[in-house]
Amino acid sequence: MRRLAASLILAVVWAVVTGSAAPANLLLGLLLAILCLGVTRRHRGRGTIAVRPVALLLLGLVFLRELALSAWSVAIAVLRPRLDIRPAMVAFPLRLKRDFEIALLANCITLTPGTLSVDVSEDRRFLHVHALDCRDPQDLCRGIAETFERRIMEAFP
Amino acid sequence: MMADALALLCAFLLVAGSAFALTAAIGINRFPDLFTRMHAASKAGTVGSSLLLLAAGLYSWDFAVFLRALAGIAFLILTAPVAAHLLARAAKGSGYRISTLSVRATHRDNKK
Repeated sequence: MRRLAASLILAVVWAVVTGSAAPANLLLGLLLAILCLGVTRRHRGRGTIAVRPVALLLLGLVFLRELALSAWSVAIAVLRPRLDIRPAMVAFPLRLKRDFEIALLANCITLTPGTLSVDVSEDRRFLHVHALDCRDPQDLCRGIAETFERRIMEAFP
Repeated sequence: MMADALALLCAFLLVAGSAFALTAAIGINRFPDLFTRMHAASKAGTVGSSLLLLAAGLYSWDFAVFLRALAGIAFLILTAPVAAHLLARAAKGSGYRISTLSVRATHRDNKK
């Protein structure tokens, strides 16, 4: 049932990307979707994931806002005549446990102001984050924990 | 009137997108090490390309084309951080040292 729903969603994505909703094209999309799901079957986790739609939407909006801010702040840092940056590598203590949550957080961090996720420690307790302009590592960690990590926790209870 | 407004909006998006792409390129040149360069490439680069795609999608005034532009933006946002992360991780794994501009490196779990 879940695989059928996933195949249908992927087929619709295929129709959007190719820009044609002709029956033959939809059928091709469906075949490709089934093929993709088959290839990635061993890498996908089992069991369902609970989602709170409103919290997820909020997470998306916050992400878009942070992305715009981030591009702006990097542009400012680049164009300033004197290169006034303090790069640092910071170990961020993770409260999230599940793999997909950590992956989501890492991607959010990379596209938000002044931070780039580099690596996850093997025991999954720390996320190594590179900061472009870091005056206070604790402040940085608090910022990540209070915006993205908290919102991801709310979206996936 | 409507067409003029659309053309103006698209022109603005194109100029803004190009400006972000340009700052990304300048950043890759100016920043001192790989990690800081990835900051410029991943953020300003993604936003620049997204704005250009958005302008192209809007200007066509065709819903199918617009949807395709949106799909392009979604895939950019999904893949850019993965690429940046893999490059940064490879650099860290091969022992690349971060720039001397750095004031502190806190690898707390390495000390334990």
